[in-house]
Amino acid sequence: MTTPISEDDLHAYADGQLDAARLTQVESWLATHPERRAQVEEWRAQSAALHRAFDQVLGEPLPARLLPPANAPRWFDLRKLAAVAWIALGVVLGFALRDQTLPRADKAAVASLPRQAAIAHAVFVPEVRHPVEVGAEQEAHLVAWLSKRLGAPLKAPQLDQAGYRLVGGRLLAGENGEVAQFMYESAEKKRLTLYVRREAPKAADTAFRYASENGLDVFYWTDARFGYALSGSTGREAMLDLGERVYKQFAG
Amino acid sequence: MSLPRIPPIPSPEKARTPPVNNRDAIIAEIPRLRRYARALTGNAEAADDLVQDTLERALEKWRLWQQGRQLRPWLFSIMHNLHVDGRRRDGRLDYREEDDLPLPPQRASQQDGLELRDLDRALALLPAEQREVLLLVGLEELSYAEVAAALNIPQGTVMSRLSRARARFKAVLAGEAAPLLKVVSP
Repeated sequence: MTTPISEDDLHAYADGQLDAARLTQVESWLATHPERRAQVEEWRAQSAALHRAFDQVLGEPLPARLLPPANAPRWFDLRKLAAVAWIALGVVLGFALRDQTLPRADKAAVASLPRQAAIAHAVFVPEVRHPVEVGAEQEAHLVAWLSKRLGAPLKAPQLDQAGYRLVGGRLLAGENGEVAQFMYESAEKKRLTLYVRREAPKAADTAFRYASENGLDVFYWTDARFGYALSGSTGREAMLDLGERVYKQFAG
Repeated sequence: MSLPRIPPIPSPEKARTPPVNNRDAIIAEIPRLRRYARALTGNAEAADDLVQDTLERALEKWRLWQQGRQLRPWLFSIMHNLHVDGRRRDGRLDYREEDDLPLPPQRASQQDGLELRDLDRALALLPAEQREVLLLVGLEELSYAEVAAALNIPQGTVMSRLSRARARFKAVLAGEAAPLLKVVSP
């Protein structure tokens, strides 16, 4: 004997908040109640419309006034962060130490490539229903659109052989122009993001670099046109392998 | 070459600001706070004011935040309280339970000279308490329990507001409230 389906159940169904058992019950009930089914679809359409209208805000650059002030405690935090990174990774910290002695707020606001990539990763990876703007089923359109906005030909690397399929991509606003973000997902629903931004023309420095940002593994490198950062919680070795696959596809 | 000094680990009494990971966690929430505030207020400038106030309050009250409590609903609850205070201060009295309110005139956000999008206008025609629930559930995808915690109301109230908000939003989008949009402010 199952509990009767309530209005609350229907909302929870529309919002993906039912447990598996109740979900099955509501599904079969809706199959015989087309009017209620239409109402649920209407609610979902409302949520989708809200996302279409407001998700663009997520990609806008943050105004400086919203970043925490560069006061003394913040400098302390930066130094602690830098020290932890040094211990963990053996990265040479001369730059970080030099930076922290400069009392300039804008210096703090300028995030590095792996850091920006990790923040963008953290913002979009938890999205359940709207992780990307353009899905992988429209890959040609996605690539053409992002190439146009970044002003240079781009491609969506394939990682299927490594167990990650392309979910899609979106356009973000970075500190110095627009940024492309591709998202990948494994069968276990683990997600990776590839962050691609324009770099000022310079001698290509294709050395692979690794950073750990808030527990995320980030591999990043630059070529003559773009800076790339691949982020995920895969562990360093797996991320190195994935990063090499992406690198070869852009270089090839 | 000089090696970096390892800073001392702060004692708990001295930890006046959130630990670095928590601070980063707050920064990572800013885009979502902005998205919600934009939809809630319908005005980019007012939205960022609200986000800024929320962040300042969160940093002040950091020590009152209990570890283990979800960060996102906590930040949304701070924003909610500030938003309610702001509306009271501005004499906007539509913060009440009933949804048989007179439809308000268009919000002041038209001062930017841009035509408001349909959706933005439809949101403006919801009572603020319904707009909040609709946005926290539909846009921010919080669980009902998280919405209840953020707004400090029982979960049953979340459900009834959600139900009324969705019905009213549909009616507004369908144009049933359109004639009343022509209300002209004196």
